[in-house]
Amino acid sequence: MERIPILKMNEFLLVSIQVDMHDRLAMTLQDDLTERIVRDRARGVLIDISSLEIVDSFIGRMIGNIAAMSRVLDAETVVVGMRPAVAITLVELGLSLPGVRTSLNVDKGMELLRASLAGGNGNGHPDAGR
Amino acid sequence: MPVDEILPVRSDHDIVVVRQVVRTWAVDLNFSLVEQTKIVTAASELARNTIDYGGGGTVRLQSLREGARTGLRLTFEDKGPGIPDLALALKDGYTTGNGLGLGLSGAKRLSNEFDIWSRPGEGTRVTITRWK
Repeated sequence: MERIPILKMNEFLLVSIQVDMHDRLAMTLQDDLTERIVRDRARGVLIDISSLEIVDSFIGRMIGNIAAMSRVLDAETVVVGMRPAVAITLVELGLSLPGVRTSLNVDKGMELLRASLAGGNGNGHPDAGR
Repeated sequence: MPVDEILPVRSDHDIVVVRQVVRTWAVDLNFSLVEQTKIVTAASELARNTIDYGGGGTVRLQSLREGARTGLRLTFEDKGPGIPDLALALKDGYTTGNGLGLGLSGAKRLSNEFDIWSRPGEGTRVTITRWK
């Protein structure tokens, strides 16, 4: 079965979506990621979508779900590399990806993940207790 | 470039093909990158609706020329159960499935022209046009 590879780097999981995703593939990624967060005790997930030529409501929903599920599993998600045309279209479509953190590129995304981990208060989620 | 083409919309894979073919047409029509992205995204939403709510169908692509302007028209058609309340179906966030309810309303916002026909028991036909 076709799958999107998930790489582990220290306490983070990295995903780069390089294919035009059909819906089942998106669902598989969502399931695989949640499983890996638990198995690898990951504290952050970075999803690179710089190769995606469109994000429609289905893919947008998947991204939102991944962010929400990882939050429940005590991990942060950051989406990086969204193309400008995709961002314009996404907003006009009516999707603003609430609850999803974004960065311009992989470097900035990693910075954000590290900062949010460092800013944690020791009992898990960095926003806990605020 | 053909001026008319009909593609099946029956499976997950067909949605991907529809996106790719619509993209090719939009590029051939010299659509800007943002215009391409909008019509491809709208096509993706409507293709999924055709499958999820219409039980599958077809999409017809037409390139249009009206004086100096060119356009791309997509007509999604199914013989599914139809939509009993069109006004409600066009509302943001309304869905009878498990999506976000942005398919129809979003596709409408991403297009210059939008037309929908539906009759319970007969099917649904959605036409969108984007002009360059």
